[in-house]
Order: sequence, then C-alpha cells, then structure tokens
Amino acid sequence: MRYLPLTPADRSAMLGVIGAGSVDDLFADVPAAARLSGPIAGLPRHASEMAVERHMAALAGKNVSAGSVPFFLGAGAYRHHIPASVDHLIQRGEFLTAYTPYQPEIAQGTLQVLFEFQTQVARLLGTEVANASMYDGSTACWEAVAMAARITRRKRAVLSGGLHPHYVATVQTMARFTGDEIDSRLPQLAAAPDDDALIAAIDAETSCVVVQYPDVLGRIPDLAKIAAVAQAQGALLIAVVTEPVALGLIEAPGKLGADIVVGEGQAIGVGLQFGGPYLGLFGCRDKFVRQMPGRLCGQTVDAAGKRGFVLTLSTREQHIRREKATSNICTNAGLCALAFSIQMTLLGGEGLGRMARISHARARQTAERLAQVPGVRVLNSAYVNEFTVLLPTDAREAVRRMADGGVLGGVSLGRLYPGAGDLSNGLLVAASECTTLEDIEALGVALEGVLA
Amino acid sequence: MNAVNQAGWRPEMGQANAATRATSSGDRALMLEEALIFELGQPGTCGVDFGETDLPPLDSLAPFLRRDPLDLPGLSEPEAVRHYTRLSRQNYAIDLGPFPLGSCTMKHNPRLNEKVARMAGFADLHPLQPVSTVQGALGAINQLAHWLIELTGMHGVAMSPKAGAHGELCGLLCIKAALEARGEARTTILVPESAHGTNPATAAFAGFAVESIPATCEGRVDLAALTAKLGPHVAGVMITNPNTCGLFERDMKAISDAVHAAGGYVYCDGANFNAVVGKVRPGDLGIDAMHINLHKTFSTPHGGGGPGSGPVVLSAALSPFGPLPFTVREADGSVRLVEEEQAAHEHPQGFGRMAAFHGQMGMFTRALAYILSHGADGLQQVAEDAVLNANYVLCSLDDVLDAPFGASGPCMHEALFSDTGLAEGFSTLDIAKGLIDEGFHPMTVYFPLVVHGAMLVEPTETESKAGLDRFIASLRSLAERARAGDEALKSAPHFAPRRRLDETMAARKPVLVWQG
Amino acid sequence: MTRYYTKDHEWIEVDGDTGTVGITDYAQGQLGDITFVELPDTGAALAKGDAPCVVDSVKAASDVYSPVSGTVTESNHALADEPELVNTQAESGGWLFRLTLSDAGELGGLMDRAAYDAFVGGL
Repeated sequence: MRYLPLTPADRSAMLGVIGAGSVDDLFADVPAAARLSGPIAGLPRHASEMAVERHMAALAGKNVSAGSVPFFLGAGAYRHHIPASVDHLIQRGEFLTAYTPYQPEIAQGTLQVLFEFQTQVARLLGTEVANASMYDGSTACWEAVAMAARITRRKRAVLSGGLHPHYVATVQTMARFTGDEIDSRLPQLAAAPDDDALIAAIDAETSCVVVQYPDVLGRIPDLAKIAAVAQAQGALLIAVVTEPVALGLIEAPGKLGADIVVGEGQAIGVGLQFGGPYLGLFGCRDKFVRQMPGRLCGQTVDAAGKRGFVLTLSTREQHIRREKATSNICTNAGLCALAFSIQMTLLGGEGLGRMARISHARARQTAERLAQVPGVRVLNSAYVNEFTVLLPTDAREAVRRMADGGVLGGVSLGRLYPGAGDLSNGLLVAASECTTLEDIEALGVALEGVLA
Repeated sequence: MNAVNQAGWRPEMGQANAATRATSSGDRALMLEEALIFELGQPGTCGVDFGETDLPPLDSLAPFLRRDPLDLPGLSEPEAVRHYTRLSRQNYAIDLGPFPLGSCTMKHNPRLNEKVARMAGFADLHPLQPVSTVQGALGAINQLAHWLIELTGMHGVAMSPKAGAHGELCGLLCIKAALEARGEARTTILVPESAHGTNPATAAFAGFAVESIPATCEGRVDLAALTAKLGPHVAGVMITNPNTCGLFERDMKAISDAVHAAGGYVYCDGANFNAVVGKVRPGDLGIDAMHINLHKTFSTPHGGGGPGSGPVVLSAALSPFGPLPFTVREADGSVRLVEEEQAAHEHPQGFGRMAAFHGQMGMFTRALAYILSHGADGLQQVAEDAVLNANYVLCSLDDVLDAPFGASGPCMHEALFSDTGLAEGFSTLDIAKGLIDEGFHPMTVYFPLVVHGAMLVEPTETESKAGLDRFIASLRSLAERARAGDEALKSAPHFAPRRRLDETMAARKPVLVWQG
Repeated sequence: MTRYYTKDHEWIEVDGDTGTVGITDYAQGQLGDITFVELPDTGAALAKGDAPCVVDSVKAASDVYSPVSGTVTESNHALADEPELVNTQAESGGWLFRLTLSDAGELGGLMDRAAYDAFVGGL
C-alpha cells in the first residue's frame, strides 16, 4: 500500500523490540467478540491511483459544473473569480499539512495569516475585532444568537424574514434544544424589506435581532434604523452577510450600528464546493470579545523581543473551560480563511470594490434582460449582485427545465421555502464578474423558452 | 607574472563559529522574516485584472454605498506569492517531518485526494443546483456514507456536521430528540474525566448537565462508578474509545449494556477510530452514535486548523432522529436528496438542519478516495501499523520516560508519558520545546488531564521505522537532559523562527487586529 | 476587622457587615500569571459557595467561590486594566469584590490565618 512505509522486515524488528509475538498481541485489550474476523464486507482491496482517479472522475463527470454553462445561482453561495495563485498557495505543504498553531514558535506562518485575516475581516465587516473563523455562515449565525443571549441574559431572538432559510433552520434546531425562543417570519415579496414590521417585533425581552444584509431576496435593509431601536430596548443587532463581495460597494454593517456581524466568506477565494467546506466570518465590538466563540490570534513578543503571534484568550474555549466554554467549537476553517485572506490581499480594498461593481453591473444587465421576458417582473428596488424575479409560473419547474436545456438559471424560492405557496413563483438570480453577456442572453432565451 | 588571480577568488573555509552576529536585513539566509500585508501593501494596488469593462452608474445603490473606501492594502501577484511563500516557511508541517500530536492524528495527506477534490465536477458545483445536474456529487456522498456505515457496523449516518465537535453536537441532539419522542426529560450526560474538552462543552452547548466519571488506576473508565451514576436522569454517556490515554476500553460492551438497561444512549467520541478501523466495528460494541473526524482517520488535511468534517454514524435507535439533508440511492442507481420538503413524510422525527447545505463536500471526496485507495486490506493495515508504531515508541522510551499506564498492557495508537522523573523545575513544556530545536513537532502536552505533565505521542502509520528511530533518539536525549537538569532546555527553542512567546502579554492586553 | 480563609483559597476580610473577598497569595502562585478577572455585578445576590468570579491565567480558568452569602456592593474595577494585581497584591490591592453579609454565622466555618497556613503546609 503506497501510503504505508513499514516493510515486513520493519514490522518484525519492531515487534521484537516490543516483545510481542504478533500485531494481534497488541490488540489484546480488544475482546475477541469485538474483533472482526475478516476484512470489511464488500469493500474491495487497495486500489492504484489510476483506478481511484478513474472512479472519482466518473462521478465528477456526471455533474454539470458551474463553469461549464450559463450560471446564475446564489442564495448563500456565490461563484466569483479565484486567481490561480490562491489555490497554488494554499497547497503549500507548510499550510496544507500543518495543525492548529498550538506551538507558536514553529507556526508563525499560520498565525500571521490569521492575524492578517482577522484584520481584513474586521475592516470588511466594519467591526472592531474579528475571530479566526467559524465553520460557515449558518453555524456562525447560531453562535452569534447564543452569544447575544449570554451578553443580554435574555433568550428571545427576532429573525428577519430576509434571513436565509437554512440559517433560520440552523438557529431553530439549536434553539429547540437550548430553550431559546425564536421569533421568525417568512419574507414578503415586496420591493424592499419590511423593516418596520421587524422593528415592531422587538421588545424588552429581545436578546437580538438577526438581519441579513443584503437579504435572501437581494434587498438591502436599513440596518441603522433597526440598530437604533434594538439598542434602545437593550437588544443586540446581529447582521448576517452571505455575499461578502457586496461589502465592496455597500456600507459595512458594523458602521451602521451592528453589534455582531457574521457572514459566509465562501465567495472570496473558497469556491462553490457543493456547499462546503465554507468559511464563517465573525466580528463584533471590542467589549464583547471575551464572550466570543472560536479561535483568536493575538500579537505579542518572543523572549528575544521580536514581534510574534499566538492563539490567545483560550480560556473561553472548550479545551480549557470545558462545560463552561463559550462554544464547543474546536476547529476553525483555517485553510479556507487562508484562501480568503490571499484573495483579499490580491484584491485590496479597491479590487474588491471593482469586483463588486462589475458584479453589480452584470446583475443589472441580467435584470434588464429578464424584464424583457413576457410575464417576468423584477421585484427589487435595489440590489447589489443578486435579485428576485417573479415568474408567471412555478419557478422550481422553470429552473429544472432550464437546467435540462443547459442553463443553471437561479434558485427557486420553492426550493428554499417548500410549502410556502405565495413564494413559489419567485426566482433568485445572482451574477458576478464571471457572468458574460452571452450567459445573460442564454438565460433570457432559456426563460423565454420555458415560459412560452 | 601578470594577471595573477584578477578576480580575487580565494576558496577558503572560514571560521564555522563566527556566524552568530545579526544581519542587516534581519533575515538569516533561508530563515526569512516577513512583514504584515498592512506594512507591505498599498491601498490602490490590485493583483487581480478584471479586464476592461463599461460600468453603469450606481444610482439605485446611492443611499447604501460605503461612505469611506474599504481600507485594505493590495499586493501585486508576485508580491502576494512571495508574502505567503515566505510565511509558509515559518510553519512546521507533516510534509516536513513527524507531527506526533496525540489525539490529533497527523498522518500523511495523499495528493491524489487533493487532485480529486479539485475536479471541476466536484469543486465547481453549487449546492442548490437541480438534483439532476449533481448526480455524481450526490453519488459520491452516498458512497462515502455507505462505507462509513459498513466500517462502523452502524445503521445510518449524518453527513452534514462540519467538524468533530459539530458531530458530537449532532449525536447529542439525536439523543435529545429520541428522549423527547419517548416523552422523557433526561438531563445529564456522563463524561469520563479523561475526555476531550469538547465532550463536556458539547453536552453543555446542547443543554445537558455534565457529570464526571472517574478512571481506574489503569487508565480506563471505572465501570462500577459509572453504573452507580446511572439512573432516570441520565440521558447518556460520552466515551472515547480507544480512550485519550491510548487504551482500548475493554468493558465497552458492558458499559453500553448498562447504559441501555438504564434507558440511556451511548455516544462514542470517534477521534481515535484510526486505531481500530477495519478491525473493530463500534456498532458491535453497542454504540448509538459516533462522529468520525474525516481529517483524522481518513487523512483529509488539517490545513492549519481546519476545515474538518465530522459525519456521525447512528444506531437503528437514533437514525430516525438524524439531521437533514441526506441522500437516498434508488433502485435505478439515481440518488435522491432528502431535504425539508421530503422530510415531512420520509423523516418526520428528524431533529432538523444543523447547517446550510450538505456538509463538507471537499472533505467527502478526499475521504472517499482515501478509503478506496486503501481498500479493506489497507485500512486494516492502517490500524495495525498505527498501533505497532505507537507501541514501538512506548517500548523504546519507557526506560527514560515514565509511562503511567505502561503496565495496563499494550497501548493502541498513541503512547502516553508523564513528567515523573524529570529534574526539579523541569516540565513537559521544556521537552516539547526541546523537540522543536531537534526539528520535530512536539507531541500533545498536558492532555489528558488525568496524568500530570502528560505527553501523548501519536506517530500514526505513515511514519517509517527510520523516521521513528530518529524521533525516538531525539526524545531520548531530551528526556535524559531533563532528568539531568540541563538548564539550556528551559529556554528552548533556540533555533526556531521565534523563541518562546509571551502568552501572558497577549491575553492581558489583546491585540487582535493590526493597529498601525 | 478580621480575616478568614477557605479551603478553596479565598480570603474574606470582615468589617461590620461588609466583607472583602480575594484569593490567597498561595493560590495566585499556583495559578501563575493572571490575565483576566471576571467580576460580579453590583447587586448580585450570592449564596455561600456560588462562583461569582472567574480568574483566568493563560491556560486555566478558575472559579472563585463566595466564602459567605450576601449581596455584592462593589467589584475591584482596577483589575480590568491590571489583572496582574491579583499576582502582585493578592491579599490587598488585588481584592475581587465586596459584599454585605446576610449571615455572619457562616464565618464560623472558615479558618483563621494559622489554620490556613497549616492547611496549605499540609498540601
């Protein structure tokens, strides 16, 4: 087996040192009844690289990859250009095959990247601090709700109707077991989010208001207005960003008064990856840092006085505080954070702004083309690079039929909100700098075809 | 004579010991210092070219635009490549040498798996594409799910948990949902004192109270003490097997039977499954739920701290309560995705969704390639070689390092030592930092908590005997120095990119973002 | 004013019905460099044995138990900027919180200095 270096001669020499007659003797503590008598049933014997690659390539070949067709899906996962150097650099063995940087003297590479990442994320989100990342946006969202409950000592979270339904579901799952009360609602098909209805749900028992920005329909809520009311009631505003590229154009949530900002960082450097691994972003006010979940990297000096970095404030974490930890999270999304950070470094603030502007331009061109399709109406009064259109028919069926014709035309609200009949004609359409004018025309033609 | 040595070339060896003075750059040959991007970059620089394009005005976005430009520096591509390459060289990694972190399972990461995960047919798929366009991806998830079930002898598997700790949460939520379905409000989870910190943290995060179970003097769960704690308030136990002392829990089946008889469920922390993969099926030991760290047993890269992946195998009793989504293979070979819509009638007792989308696809493809590469024979060999390597380390060092459970029989995949016998004032930390100077990554230190000054060495099966012999020789010399009281050890490492770092200063006055 | 000690290494100095609580010099020595102290809110009602305070060092977080029952009147806010006071002045400037005792009888179960020193000597 190509990954196992021990030779038969090595094994017998080592058994000799140990004083064991056979490897089986080393498994003496495993009761005989628990030991398998033979190899795992049905699993073939070891296979060559060629054979495994063939098998996996055959599976991969059965999928329609996003880059091979006109592609307009978003809804929490976005396809943006990733420079070739990003994937090259994250495959450096020193990054790829390192562990969590618990021995800082020989992990300054990872640690400095995390420090740079935290700074980039904090500036992007407009928060004072950010952590070294979470699993993804949806789990970061629940962690923020739990953190707000710790800070406010209240247990009622109000979720905006514009929050991604998978995020809502993740929060509801956890709340069911922790006893937190979740006040959630479906989105209304209006040109702008109903911020006033959300504000009306905030009361003196509310721990937090969770608002996606831009929201799941691509609309842009008035965070500053919501923040003012929430904070007047002693509640925190949690802003959720599923498309961080949008923050290249629109104001950072932290600057609009959000106390905690979480997000999905996948759109920058990580790629679609069929849903994971992704990258949870988590920023907040400085005064809440000791209530924060997840790893934090901090600056310090070494014994010779040189600047260096370490993981810090670990007493919040599970390996020290055990059942009193702020979260049970152990890992971060280290390699995804690296990819994000490299791409942000290549872009700089100006480059991200340009990427967002081009994405916005392509989205506008897409919306204008779709508005020409008979019976189709664009819902949003404002959007960055994702918007909702209303079809004269069920959008799920339209999406399936467009896919049969080789166009991945968007995400139907029926897929996201099964059973919510009012929403079933809604279609989410996202564009980016990867979208070409030919793609846009192909979408228009495909939609005309399925609606004809 | 003319033109005698005009170039001035004079081959000389110089004095080897005259090289300690500082350089003017601060770099030392291949030891390269690297500034922060905020010190290197310019606000207007961009290393990405988007091509020429006409941009429409931003009129509809006017009320929402950033008031100030996003203040992040950019680097050109050559500068960025150099920045990250230079930083990478300040990291230790498995690709450079043994990484014997007990409980963490740092084994070789096969590059075929990286290649497979990057195939466009996997990496460039949107999670919400119509199911007809992702049949191969769903098939890959379904195949991995199948082999995880077969390897563990369980009934079902939840693929969506994002890491081991998330898997623990999944398992405990299944238990909670199952108890709710039975109409019982059991509140307590029993956890051995040697457990990973995640176990009690997860139990608390899921809303349980935690009670500790003591260990026997030979490092295993005290069955009698555990049985005495069982009762109608106990929802279940969380047990790591093989445990964090590197020992197999001989009484595992008896523990499971006792817990079941008392109406509870058995959660197994599968962090150490790599010691028994292909040899023992947890399902045969009465386990109800166990997470599998794909980044441990199945070698997906640790990436400097993630991403992980933590599928959870479930018993028949808990499978009905598992999370969404999951895949179902139909008779015609097609694969169906069960999400919220189908769950109402197909999976009515499921506890819901733990995260957006389908789980860590990029880790699934790597793990599947790993399993298929090893096959049934190779996986068995993985466990055997991992255990052989650990016992070889244990027996090669137990004359200079105290092995607290050395008399408890052979160890499994990791060898546990304590600081007993080191000279006054010398600690496990000194040995760990000494290993850095020797060119190795230290072992896990100060864990498990049940052993004072613990050193937990997990060599894994991908270390050669020659590599282990070099590691053993270094660790032996350090143990001897610490026993003899060699003061130089207390300021190690001396040769790493940094000396010991001031963690107190970092925690007292946290500087978490660049202040410049 | 009288000072009492607990087996969990807290001290309490009692003046009338007001007690000032801290951890002992022995305890801070065992913990190492203190990096952060989590303090109770003024007005918090404590039962004897509650853990209103957490003292963090780099690799440990230790609960501090209230030696007696009472209501918190004041926390030592100097520790927010200088947690190291717990190291340098554990039994004076590094005090943690003050409370109004609700049951002075609880003091009877605590040790005096000599008894505490003997207790530590036996550890």
